[in-house]
Amino acid sequence: MNFVAVQMLIGDRAKYLGLIFAVAFSTFLMSQQSTIFAGIMDRTTSGIKDIKDANIWVMDRKTQYFDESKALTDDDVYRVRSVPGVEWAVPLFKGLPRAKAFDGNFRVVIMMGLDDASLVGAPRDMVMGSADDLRKPDAVLIDRVGYEFFFPKQPYRLGQTLELNDHRVTIQGIFNSSAPFQNLPVFYARYSQALNYVGRERNQLSFVLAKAQNGLTDAEVCRRIDAATGLHATTGREFGWQTIRYYIAHTGIPVNFGITIGIALVVGTIVAGQTFYIFTLENLKQFGALKAIGVTNWRITGMILLQALMVGAMGYSIGIAMTAAFLEVTKGNLDLRGFVLFWQIAAGTGAVVLFIVMAASLMSIRRVLVLEPAVVFRG
Amino acid sequence: MTHTVQELTHPAVVCRRVTKDFGAGDNQVHVLRGVDLDVPFGEMTLLVGPSGCGKTTLLSVVAGLLNPTSGAVMVLGEDAGSMSGNQAIEFRRRNIGFVFQQYNLLPALTAAENAAVPLFAAGVPKKKAVAAASSLLSELGLGDRLHALPSQLSGGQQQRVALARALVHEPRLVVCDEPTSALDHATGNAVMELLTNVAVRPDRAVVVVTHDSRVFRFADRIAHMDDGRIVETEEDQSQSAVKTFGHQPMYAEVNS
Repeated sequence: MNFVAVQMLIGDRAKYLGLIFAVAFSTFLMSQQSTIFAGIMDRTTSGIKDIKDANIWVMDRKTQYFDESKALTDDDVYRVRSVPGVEWAVPLFKGLPRAKAFDGNFRVVIMMGLDDASLVGAPRDMVMGSADDLRKPDAVLIDRVGYEFFFPKQPYRLGQTLELNDHRVTIQGIFNSSAPFQNLPVFYARYSQALNYVGRERNQLSFVLAKAQNGLTDAEVCRRIDAATGLHATTGREFGWQTIRYYIAHTGIPVNFGITIGIALVVGTIVAGQTFYIFTLENLKQFGALKAIGVTNWRITGMILLQALMVGAMGYSIGIAMTAAFLEVTKGNLDLRGFVLFWQIAAGTGAVVLFIVMAASLMSIRRVLVLEPAVVFRG
Repeated sequence: MTHTVQELTHPAVVCRRVTKDFGAGDNQVHVLRGVDLDVPFGEMTLLVGPSGCGKTTLLSVVAGLLNPTSGAVMVLGEDAGSMSGNQAIEFRRRNIGFVFQQYNLLPALTAAENAAVPLFAAGVPKKKAVAAASSLLSELGLGDRLHALPSQLSGGQQQRVALARALVHEPRLVVCDEPTSALDHATGNAVMELLTNVAVRPDRAVVVVTHDSRVFRFADRIAHMDDGRIVETEEDQSQSAVKTFGHQPMYAEVNS
């Protein structure tokens, strides 16, 4: 009877396409919006993710998220280094100076100041130049977004200069950065120089980056740093999640995306449910005839579920393909980079679509199950 | 399928004092009020009568689609009134063929696929089921329309597909609800001729509900109903091809 169920479904082209469209539309909205949401949340951790040399981040106890840190004292680096189990610890500066091109173009940028000696935390994904060139005088590394903003339509070239807090800086490397939340250009400089590029404060150290000695877990070393210094130490991964939780809790972003996803769910369920129900109502006589002929309720339930699953699978495939196409089309745009369809989103959307088609078919199944086969003799 | 002599000497359907009520309390309607009916094998029995007299309800009871409120219904030797829902479904699937007034063909299936539906329901593989249905359709004169959709067939052709669907699984009882009411006179006659020639066999009984007095001549037995009872049963008295009944009352051609 599966063959009969499939033929009944695809035989009514208009409703079949309507059902698939409803599910595809819901799938697209849910997966695309979830992807954008996840991508934006991921962006809030870009500065953490891009530092690959150190696993442990040490900060003031009251720090809530990456973009808002309270300055530590320079002594804190030495205090962390003195904690048993710490292999090494280096300072990290993060500031938001204003960079100016000599044509007058300016923009606030994210300035990361790396330990002068070790350059721990330097970008790995270099497009041009080398992170080691940060040792040159007035050297900065700039990400592609920054370069293309300050030098629009110009080929990548090292040696270009910009002005930062009345200091002339020379670009010694261009790199790919993870897209930051505010999509600001990202600069790297030596720690000592980065401090000069931002207005002076009494304390300027943003974070201490540390590494656990071999044989000790990051969590254990973090606990030791906490106890010995009174600062807060955490792993980069946990700091990333802490930052994401901050944005979820303190911004309207999740609510906005949640509303869109919720609407997609409701509209998808209602449209698919209504269309499926009408489809069943219009076939009620046929279902009655099948019941009279001797098709069991179980089999008819199986037929309706098969139809629902078929619509769900088709709609889901089209919707996910639309999301993938959207991401493929936009991936070349630097401002939209970094959005990825996580497998968790694809799987979660699939589960929701399954719910939609099951909910849509339940009403139909109930209608058919209570159908008296004798109805076929009533004209 | 072979059957014992004893089986075939018993009527295919025996109804005794069958009642059927719908609703409850003040809204209760007594549709069947003590029906006694015998439907022998090898014959076509017509249930005729005015609208609302209970013909279709009796046909539904005989076909195992409705349980009687009281009385005994023996169909093919089985107590139809005591079957569970699943037993009734299985019994219908194996033993009963249906011809509906509005054909009730599945619009997305071809003629051959429609005729094969009872075999699909029995789990017969599609290829085999369609081949059996195609063979039967060819016997019924639709060999060149096997792949046509119902919307591409005339009313008479659709009813022939419905007839093939009713016979494809070799049922022992065929029930027909107004099989000619949607057809013109000539087409209706053709369908009834097919029904007589193909459906009626010594090991099979055919019950037809009809208003159409023009088809009475195809019957071996006519049970006249009125007000929920069988008021008269006529048997064909002739041995010739042209059947003769005592009288042929006309009934309003509006179904209940």
